[in-house]
Amino acid sequence: MKRYFTRKVLIYLLTFFIAVTIDWMIPRFMPGDPVLNMLAKAGSVHAEAQEVMYGYLTTAFGLDLPIWQQYFNFWKALFHGDLGVSVLQFPRPVADVIKSAIPYDLLLLIPSIVLSWIAGNKFGAFAARSKKLDNTILPVGYILTATPYMWLGILLGWVFAIILKIFPISGAFSYALKPAFTWTFIKSVLQHWFLPFASLFIVQFGGWAIGMRNMIIYELEADYAHYLEALGAPKRLIRKYAYNNALLPQLSGLALKLGVIVAGAMSTEIVFSYPGIGYLILMAIQNSDYFLLQGCFLFIIIGVLLANFIIDIVFILVDPRTRLGMQGGS
Amino acid sequence: MRKIVLAVLSILIMAGFVMSCTPAAAEAPAPAAEEPAAEEPAAEEAAAAEAPATVDYPREETLYTMGKQWGPPTSWNPMQQGSYAMGTIGLCYETLFLYNPLTDEYIPWIAESGEWLDDTTYQLKIKKGVTFSDGEALTADDVKFTFEMGKNFKSAFYSELWAWLTSIEKVDDYTLTLTFSSPEYQKWATYIYTVAILPEHIWSTLTEEQAITGANQPPLGSGPYLYEAADESKVVWKRNDNWWGIKEMGLTMAPKYIIDIANISNNAALGMVLQGQVDLDNNYLPGIASVINGGYGITTYFPEPPYMLSGNTAWLVMNLKKAPMDDAAFRRAVAYAIKVEDIVNKDYGNIVLPANPTGLLPVWDKFVDQAVVDELGFSYDPAKAKKILADAGYKDVDGDGFVETPDGSKIALEIGCPNGWSDWMVAIQIISQSLKEVGINVEPVYPDYSALTAGLYGGDFDMVINNDVQISNTVWAYYNFIFYHPIKEQMISGTGNYGRYENQEVFDLVDQLDATPIDDIEGMKAIISKIQKIQLTDLPMIPLWYNGVWSQVSNAYWTNWPSSVEGAPKYLPATWNGYWNMGAVLMLSELQSTAAE
Repeated sequence: MKRYFTRKVLIYLLTFFIAVTIDWMIPRFMPGDPVLNMLAKAGSVHAEAQEVMYGYLTTAFGLDLPIWQQYFNFWKALFHGDLGVSVLQFPRPVADVIKSAIPYDLLLLIPSIVLSWIAGNKFGAFAARSKKLDNTILPVGYILTATPYMWLGILLGWVFAIILKIFPISGAFSYALKPAFTWTFIKSVLQHWFLPFASLFIVQFGGWAIGMRNMIIYELEADYAHYLEALGAPKRLIRKYAYNNALLPQLSGLALKLGVIVAGAMSTEIVFSYPGIGYLILMAIQNSDYFLLQGCFLFIIIGVLLANFIIDIVFILVDPRTRLGMQGGS
Repeated sequence: MRKIVLAVLSILIMAGFVMSCTPAAAEAPAPAAEEPAAEEPAAEEAAAAEAPATVDYPREETLYTMGKQWGPPTSWNPMQQGSYAMGTIGLCYETLFLYNPLTDEYIPWIAESGEWLDDTTYQLKIKKGVTFSDGEALTADDVKFTFEMGKNFKSAFYSELWAWLTSIEKVDDYTLTLTFSSPEYQKWATYIYTVAILPEHIWSTLTEEQAITGANQPPLGSGPYLYEAADESKVVWKRNDNWWGIKEMGLTMAPKYIIDIANISNNAALGMVLQGQVDLDNNYLPGIASVINGGYGITTYFPEPPYMLSGNTAWLVMNLKKAPMDDAAFRRAVAYAIKVEDIVNKDYGNIVLPANPTGLLPVWDKFVDQAVVDELGFSYDPAKAKKILADAGYKDVDGDGFVETPDGSKIALEIGCPNGWSDWMVAIQIISQSLKEVGINVEPVYPDYSALTAGLYGGDFDMVINNDVQISNTVWAYYNFIFYHPIKEQMISGTGNYGRYENQEVFDLVDQLDATPIDDIEGMKAIISKIQKIQLTDLPMIPLWYNGVWSQVSNAYWTNWPSSVEGAPKYLPATWNGYWNMGAVLMLSELQSTAAE
């Protein structure tokens, strides 16, 4: 057990280090100067003032230091929880910007991932081996899982927001409201949340349903299923065993797909101007906001690693073989 | 197992709600100015709080604006000229004067008057009765403190002022005398309507870092609106019913709330304007011309083309340090070759105007020396362009259809604009096309904005479209942009002369113009005429078209918008930084609610 965890933790730490280094490098290899961008917004009423501000801000952001020094400072600050100051949202600290975007991401990602996984698996298992459902679900599922998140988002937005006017098309809550813990506000949040959630949910749902349907068919052909059948076990029982076994590959599939889902959530957020991390990344790139971009990617790196780690632990809980393997090893 | 998952899930969702309910930005403290005069508003507010109001800001009392804010509002610091939230200067902080470019007048605001006693002494009188929203009086001390911050803090945007301002003396509580070492009349006239007067009793304790880079939230100014709230998507201003201007100037601002929404995609923005969800939109919306006549209740400043007021000139900036752009004859040929008419008609659908050869905005028509323009001006004439090229020795030697330089080397240039600026992208395609027709090989390129500007400021470019200089109080700002000097390694954003044109004679003329009193129109004209002669001979930059003060308004909830129609208010209908203090704040006092009728 201990060896298993030590190994896992070491791998995660190494991944973290490499990912963060790449994260630091990418924005710096982008062309452009964030301070100049920031000043460009100020216009030219006072031309001389621009030069003064340029020097001041370059020093303030630490961009006048040699590149290795910047890298070193970055790690040092990171351990103090300091991600720097956003250029785009100057003078707000990056950590603060990300903190206010995270709730919206969690609201979108966690329900859509968990619910689509549960519902997709249930539905896939239900559809397997039922001729009618299989014939209809299979093609629909394939189409759904291949649909780009952004395209589905635009489609849903067009139908439900522009034509039917049931749901709003942009933002996280009504512009006429102040954030407060009231029913009006929560209702508004849910209304704005529904379309982005639905576009994420539907695409993922298709993928899981297809995967489960295939796995169930495979499991029902396995020897243990035939043996149970020969013993005269009820069909329900056999399917239950098949389902439990089929869940495991689906679980590791979830770990593999997390990155894709997070990327999908980003394009969905951009479509609906939903103020999560994805939307922030777009704005950070457009404004060469190094620090915000770094912070967003850092959040994603930590998020994906953490989610993988949780799935690793869940594996131990649900798969006796992993547990046995660990005991044998220790 | 499943129960655990569901439980964890619901906890996380709840947590998400609680977190999203905590506003990113701190709540505004109750505006202090209201407590001394707490007659009936308190009772009213209590009643409103009890009633299950469906929205916090009633639609008919709210002015929704959009177009200024790229990203969430994060700063209310008037020292941060580029990034302060919509309305920080204008709605919350105020300037000594307003300047209205449409009528070319300085409107005394905090100031009662300002006049030059002699060439180096300027006397400033402050209105009596001006107060900050906490009830403290705004006096000469606050004005002195604000300007002296530029002396104490080198990073203040007006610290440059102290290179030619020697001292500020307080005569009495409402009078100041400023002594200058050299009179830069034109530049000084820019400061009097762009520097926001700060409350000394709050700012005097701040360090340089706090004052210059702080978010200043919540802001406390003297203006007609109070900070109410802000979140990721908007900033909310609430009318200050105790504003000094109500008594002193007899002005009442119509909207009780002003909500500025951070920009969303163009399509969504257009949708919101059409549905009357946004009252004043300052985005560039392609195809707006077809909407204006579509019966949606959307209007613009001019009811007919060009619909929009002209706000800045789009220039073709050429790198004069590179051949063949270093040759004035080549630049002249380029000027004759570009079919600006196509950009105006096909690209913009006639919502912009082609530029005058001098590049001066229509508000500065009086400064255009027509005799010089008649003699040296240019217009679209490809035959003439070809002739100029041929006369200067540009010939197609290798027969590829494009001319080579007189010394025989190939010409292959690039013209750039930021990727994603769709109107400009089409414009440079048209320019490239028309230059190719006269035999100049220029390809359009669309680098990312940051990469493009880095090249432009550093002098590593061929041709770029730029509009860094905006409409303002002084035509000098335009010439300071075209002939910015001295030439430096980095000609950074907003300074100008990115092509690095060098000519001491014209530099001196520009400085001389700066030192001409703003009411000496004839003196200004004489200098400008000389500048225009050099400008049109050498053509360091080529003016192309005038970008608009993009503004489309909905008449669903508010009417009496600024317009060219007779009897309508004449103000710039824009919420961008620097525009409220160019008279736009007066637009608010003219608006009429449709609900009141």
